[in-house]
Amino acid sequence: MSTIGTDLLVLLPECLLAIAAMALLMVGALVARNTFRLISGAAVLALAVAAWFVFSPFNGTQQAFGGAFVADGFARFAKLLVLLGSALTVVMSVDFFERERIANFEFPVLVLLATIGMLFMVSAANFIALYLGFELQSLSLYVLAAINRDSVRSSEAGLKYFVLGALSSGMMLYGISFIYGFAGTTSFVAVAHAVAHAGQNIGVIFGLVFLIAGLAFKVSAVPFHMWTPDVYEGSPTPITAFFSIAPKTAAMVLFLRVMLEAFPGALPEWRQIVAFVSVLSMFLGAVAAIGQTNIKRLMAYSSISHMGYALIGIAAGTAQGIQGVLIYLAIYVITNAGVFVCILAMRRGTEMIETIPDLAGLARTNPRLALAFAILFISLAGIPPFAGFFAKFYVFLAAIETHLFGLAILGVLASVIGAYYYLRIVKIIYFDEPAPAFEPAMGARLGVIAAGSSLFNLFFVIMASPLVNWSIAAAKALTP
Amino acid sequence: MTHWPLLSIVNFLPLLGALAILAIGGEARAQNARLIALVTTVANLVVALAIWVSFDGSSSAFQFVEQASWLGNGITYRVGVDGISVLFVVLTAGLMPFCILASWKSVGDRVPEYMIAFLLLETMMIGVFTSLNLVLFYVFFEGGLVPMFLIIGIWGGKRRVYASFKFFLYTLLGSLLMLLGILSMYLQTGTTDIEVLLKTAHFSTAMQIWLWLAFFASFAVKMPMWPVHTWLPDAHVEAPTAGSVILAGILLKMGGYGFLRFSLPMMPNASEAFAPLIFVLSVVAVIYTSLVALAQEDMKKLIAYSSVAHMGLVTMGIFSLTQQGIDGGIFQMLSHGIVSGALFLCVGVVYDRMHTREIAAYGGLVERMPVYAACFMVFTLANMGLPGTSGFVGEFLTMLGTFRVNTWVVIFAATGVILSAGYMLYLYGRIIFGALVKPALKTIQDLSGREIAILAPLVAFTIILGVYPKIVFDETSVTVAHLVAQERNALHTLPQFEARRSNQSLIQGLPKDRADAPTTLTLRLARGEGRFIGR
Repeated sequence: MSTIGTDLLVLLPECLLAIAAMALLMVGALVARNTFRLISGAAVLALAVAAWFVFSPFNGTQQAFGGAFVADGFARFAKLLVLLGSALTVVMSVDFFERERIANFEFPVLVLLATIGMLFMVSAANFIALYLGFELQSLSLYVLAAINRDSVRSSEAGLKYFVLGALSSGMMLYGISFIYGFAGTTSFVAVAHAVAHAGQNIGVIFGLVFLIAGLAFKVSAVPFHMWTPDVYEGSPTPITAFFSIAPKTAAMVLFLRVMLEAFPGALPEWRQIVAFVSVLSMFLGAVAAIGQTNIKRLMAYSSISHMGYALIGIAAGTAQGIQGVLIYLAIYVITNAGVFVCILAMRRGTEMIETIPDLAGLARTNPRLALAFAILFISLAGIPPFAGFFAKFYVFLAAIETHLFGLAILGVLASVIGAYYYLRIVKIIYFDEPAPAFEPAMGARLGVIAAGSSLFNLFFVIMASPLVNWSIAAAKALTP
Repeated sequence: MTHWPLLSIVNFLPLLGALAILAIGGEARAQNARLIALVTTVANLVVALAIWVSFDGSSSAFQFVEQASWLGNGITYRVGVDGISVLFVVLTAGLMPFCILASWKSVGDRVPEYMIAFLLLETMMIGVFTSLNLVLFYVFFEGGLVPMFLIIGIWGGKRRVYASFKFFLYTLLGSLLMLLGILSMYLQTGTTDIEVLLKTAHFSTAMQIWLWLAFFASFAVKMPMWPVHTWLPDAHVEAPTAGSVILAGILLKMGGYGFLRFSLPMMPNASEAFAPLIFVLSVVAVIYTSLVALAQEDMKKLIAYSSVAHMGLVTMGIFSLTQQGIDGGIFQMLSHGIVSGALFLCVGVVYDRMHTREIAAYGGLVERMPVYAACFMVFTLANMGLPGTSGFVGEFLTMLGTFRVNTWVVIFAATGVILSAGYMLYLYGRIIFGALVKPALKTIQDLSGREIAILAPLVAFTIILGVYPKIVFDETSVTVAHLVAQERNALHTLPQFEARRSNQSLIQGLPKDRADAPTTLTLRLARGEGRFIGR
């Protein structure tokens, strides 16, 4: 028997962030002068404190609210990634928002609210809890996409995201209602039990398909990816960075947990779907990125294709697969944060530059930025010795382990195609004649993130074992 | 044995040099970069020579082994050399100072970056030859692509972008398939330790065939074998001189090394079963690319095609699975590393002066450049395989080894030797001899002191290896003998390969549905071989 007190203690990071979000909202609304910097700083602090409380006072597996939420090693790994992604977003956006004159205090508060939603998502062990976290996150993100309300592109991005996002939420809820109807419960463990004992049931499978469609929308996997390029392009760049790291991580982790905790008995059924979605994502992302001239759109397709690789790990559905996905996400979050910081550094005067040809000859005009770009893009292409290689290494390992040879071979082909467009950026930066230079000064905050991300990618090869060992431990929490 | 971690030093000293170049700025940055690169590579050569000297050629075991924990799960940092790999380490370390010297004047743009790229490349290449862990091997194998991509793409010729992309994507596709093979091996055996795999791995025949194909995809592209060789002429032509030297001298050797390290010992039955395929591809490579070389107008392209032909002899020798063939293959790779590297350096000498590689733009150089003509002649003759030069020993042994298993293959391959004499002498004649009529050539200067310093040691080495090849075989033969014995052992443990020896079917190792896949030429060769052995 647990009291409400211990339940809340298990959810300490979430509670803390919720209090912080509300308090900061009050400060922003009641204090007359511009509080953007203050609130951003406080939000980062809150995220850091929450990260601390992810690991204390508990370890091991804790449940709260009758098993609706679970805090285990797996969730802790994902929570730390989400908190890291959110904090990096707030840090990288301060200068940008002030320059663009949209420095409203709502931004950090909305990031905090979205983060709470994501933390709920990764801890959810019940379909209702899942949906609550999911919606809290989504609603905050819709507003964030449109936060530059005087810009047509930003408003369009927000609206598009909202309409399609609402549709996917509806589909997911529809699927959940099917699952509830046939299993008679919303708890993951009880659904798994029902599926195992009642045998295959067409209603459950039907619900599963809708559920996967909703989740695939969130991770922007093909064929539910259509919103991604437009929203990425239209949103302010730091928000795009946020979209590409934190919600992706949370949704992917949620995907893993739902599939493995609620439907281990239907693995052959959902494996087909996930494998199919994975292959489509890898190829569409790789092929469509080739023709892009806007770097944010390119990153949108890049993220579609990366989610395809991570889905390989889910399709495997083994401890190795979970480990692969976790390593993939960790490397992806850090690398993508670095790339978006580099994109934020692309400006002349106050004008942000987003077109790829403007990167030409960057190696001559700004060698440091060029080097960071090159390292991060080659890493995203999955070329050793950079970190991106090890991300792919572990998911391919999982695929081979479960004899998904076809998936592995297609993944390899897609990554050769993908290597082309990443290398094209490196080529434009290093081989071409220089275009007019960008602003030389990046700012200390951006500089630290870009350097940290590049160094992580560079030195991962010799310092991989802590992350690898930690991911093994985290994967154990999810596999019985 | 010393207690110094010599292999790690030889592996990572260039990396330190690269970091030093990165750290040192100032006004004379370019000159500093050159000096640091030269000092680092020479020091590395000294370490490599120390390894060679203290290497015990009478043992087939791995020596200078070092181990450290790395990724966990049995994936460790483990390096060591045996008779097959030790000389490749020396070759790599040996060619690098020449590359740096050759780029001294000809590269004036972004010198520090250039030197950093070369030093990183050296680390990656030496890593390939010293790794005793599959994952480590793969990281080095593919990691070398990035610096080479940049070298071709930044400092290359007119079509550098096309060539660099082609090089990168071709090789990447091959190596990723090998990665899948590596992963399957890891999951099947639970280890990625190459030494353990060499001793204990026994894969089923079907598994061997898939693994062999996966590794073949990578090594065949790297080697390169016909018909996946087309990246090589482009890359060679567009790369700067030193880049071509490294490509021809070392990168191509990774393919042959891979066959020797992985395909033969770990998948013996598949290697035996696929040997006819390799023979056919090798023979086609030798004849076809030699003919193509005859028609070239560009000096570098001609030498590039000649490289493909020579590598054909190497694969043929390796897959003869005989002591002579494999010894010859290794020797041929080492010799080709020196000779083709030197030929590219020779092309670079005149290119620096005239800025064209077109053969027709030259003629009668012997009048103004006698020393150059003499050096060029030695390498031309070595590339033709003239007795007394290093080229002869390798060609002779590969053919001898293959002759023991298949006469027809050798008969065809031997025509390639004649053709190589044809295209090399034709090249030499058109550039060096004839009347010096072209006005631009009237003032051309003979070799400078720096260029003599580059070419003279290579001339010496070409002749020393040709006259006294024992220095190579002292190191390789025991390991190769062990490899061949292991191979024989493996073949005789499986009954269907006994049958192969008694000339029933050449391709029984293959699953039934693929037994008819090889071309008719293969079958003809097979029957020819059968007749020969039958006698």
